[in-house]
Amino acid sequence: MNVEGKKRVWKEYQKDIASDHYFYARSCIRQNFFPGSETTFLKILREELGKDIYDDPRHTTCTGIAYHADIVPFETTMTVVARQFSLMSESGYKNYVPSCITSFGIYTEILETWQHFPEIETKIREMLWKATGREFNKPENLAHSSDIIYKYRDEIANKGKFKLINQYTGAPLKVVEHIGCHYARMFPHKGIGGAEYPYVLTGMIESWGGEIIDYPERRHCCGFGFRQYLVKANRGYSVACSKRKFESMAPFQPDFIITNCPGCPYFMDRWQFVIAEMEGITYGSGGQGIPVLTYEEVAGLVLGYDPWDIGLQTHQVAVEPLLEKIGIPYDLNMKYKGEKGKFIGTPEYPEVLKVY
Amino acid sequence: MPQRKTILVIGGGVTGMEASARLAEMGYRVTLVERQGRLGGHVDNWDFLFPDRKPAANILNPLKDAINYKVDVKLSTEITTIKKLNGQFISSLSTGDFVKTDVILLATGFDLFDARKKEEYGYGIYDKVITAAELEEYFSGKNGYKLLNKDGRGKIGILHCVGSRDEKVGNEYCSKVCCVTGVKQSMKLREYYPGYEVFCFYMDLRMFGRYFEDLYREAQEKWGVQFIRGRVSEASETHDNKISVRFEDTLSGKPMKISLDLVILLTGFVPASGSTYLKEMLSLDIGKDRFFKPVDEHLKRNHSSREGIFLAGACTGPKSIAESITEARAVSLEISSFLNKSE
Repeated sequence: MNVEGKKRVWKEYQKDIASDHYFYARSCIRQNFFPGSETTFLKILREELGKDIYDDPRHTTCTGIAYHADIVPFETTMTVVARQFSLMSESGYKNYVPSCITSFGIYTEILETWQHFPEIETKIREMLWKATGREFNKPENLAHSSDIIYKYRDEIANKGKFKLINQYTGAPLKVVEHIGCHYARMFPHKGIGGAEYPYVLTGMIESWGGEIIDYPERRHCCGFGFRQYLVKANRGYSVACSKRKFESMAPFQPDFIITNCPGCPYFMDRWQFVIAEMEGITYGSGGQGIPVLTYEEVAGLVLGYDPWDIGLQTHQVAVEPLLEKIGIPYDLNMKYKGEKGKFIGTPEYPEVLKVY
Repeated sequence: MPQRKTILVIGGGVTGMEASARLAEMGYRVTLVERQGRLGGHVDNWDFLFPDRKPAANILNPLKDAINYKVDVKLSTEITTIKKLNGQFISSLSTGDFVKTDVILLATGFDLFDARKKEEYGYGIYDKVITAAELEEYFSGKNGYKLLNKDGRGKIGILHCVGSRDEKVGNEYCSKVCCVTGVKQSMKLREYYPGYEVFCFYMDLRMFGRYFEDLYREAQEKWGVQFIRGRVSEASETHDNKISVRFEDTLSGKPMKISLDLVILLTGFVPASGSTYLKEMLSLDIGKDRFFKPVDEHLKRNHSSREGIFLAGACTGPKSIAESITEARAVSLEISSFLNKSE
């Protein structure tokens, strides 16, 4: 592998990322799957990086899941997105930061559509006005929240308490990166590093001391794929997609998987449990799975945040072996204690997948 | 007498060499300018040629001999400006010299498509992904590296239409000679590496030339080359340093995957980089494929949109060596006719 060849590609796909004053749009499903990720993102931006970011409780779904499941027409999606932009404008912000990859894809697609077909933008402005009496400005800068962490990856590394290095061997941790499909595949120039060799997560891992491993199925869908999961009869296909990825990456013995999409960490995490229960197969060492983390969670670990404060107990695949490799202290007794020590319940123990 | 008429030929590939030789033979004073330090263009990098598997040197050497002592050859030289004054072209050269001629012949040829633009194939990233031109250099012993273990066993893939008939990279045209080049190279690979299976991934096989179909049959019947109708969508490096490619076999209608020990990219033609400069400087018309556009595709194929400037070879689109040489001869007659009329 010629890394210089990859660097050449990465140089071709860079983009402007605003440096401050962000309007944040949360993801519909991340708040339920891994709620600690978004709060960790806000904490890092506000407390570590000193940035102004507005988390507006009035915003709604972008309709992304319904749009990609062919449930709502594009005009509806555009009008809902226009309302989000009006909230941003009303709040005095110009830099829009969605937490969700699919939302990022939706916003990008809509802005591109309006650029090439201004008459559609005019129509949507009319529709929004009729429906809500609102007006809007388009964002001056659109960046996914992983773009923001990428931009400040070195600052995070400098403030960090831990590096992604195996404390027992001194070797960089081997990390698989998985980019959400809607990040750059539709518009490669809107993603850091493009669509074929995305750099947004690779850049973070490199800055934080780890090493990215390339594996044949890195481009393959995580298994969510909307209709693969949303249509119940297709769920076997969803598991099969994830399984194909695990089998492809397992020979490289990755220490963990980093993701930047709401669905990817959930499906790659949960389906490891399902595959273990169905077929007795696990992809980590000693009956364990391969931990799947969001980039905010990894940033939080690097910065020394308590693993349970950032929500790592909500993962199906146990993260404790990874924490031990990095040398991050954790208290198992606090794993299922929420705010003010309130017990949040424990999951049922799986039969095959090893957990703590 | 035509001796007093002068011609500047830009480009020292097979077209430029053959046209220069023919025009010199007719008694014209010919200056041949080539920006590289050698003559022969792309053919100089080639090992052997379709359809008769003749060594490339067998074509180049007679062409070089034909211009020896008859043509003023200026190597490592580029055109900096061209102006027309009193019916003649004044061309200034990168060497500081000037050439005054009655006619200019553009034989600027083509460049090979930069395979790095097809990012999904990993050229420039994966060591086992090379171009057809690099394979020719390997066969001719020029690049001196070892591709595969000669006694080994495995699989080799040849990917057709890389940078041709591809809207994504902006090249919608067919590069014409890649199909037969792939077939030719597939047989050579089977001969060179008998333990390796060879797979050609194609959209169509355009075996337009005489004996090309015979090569295609021979590749299958004698050498066991396997032709898969389907375009490769992506290539990735595997844990054991092979290249995993994903494709659709459109005849069986199934998406498939195969691990290969070597991947050859049949890169197509693109207009030569220098031709853009000449196009702007001389205000010449170009086609939607960005190659020079002749005045008429049937009757004036060698005439550019400006009087006194002629076109030949692959600067007007992909062509085989035989077609380029034929066109060089045709343009020589066109130029002679033009000069005779203008006397």
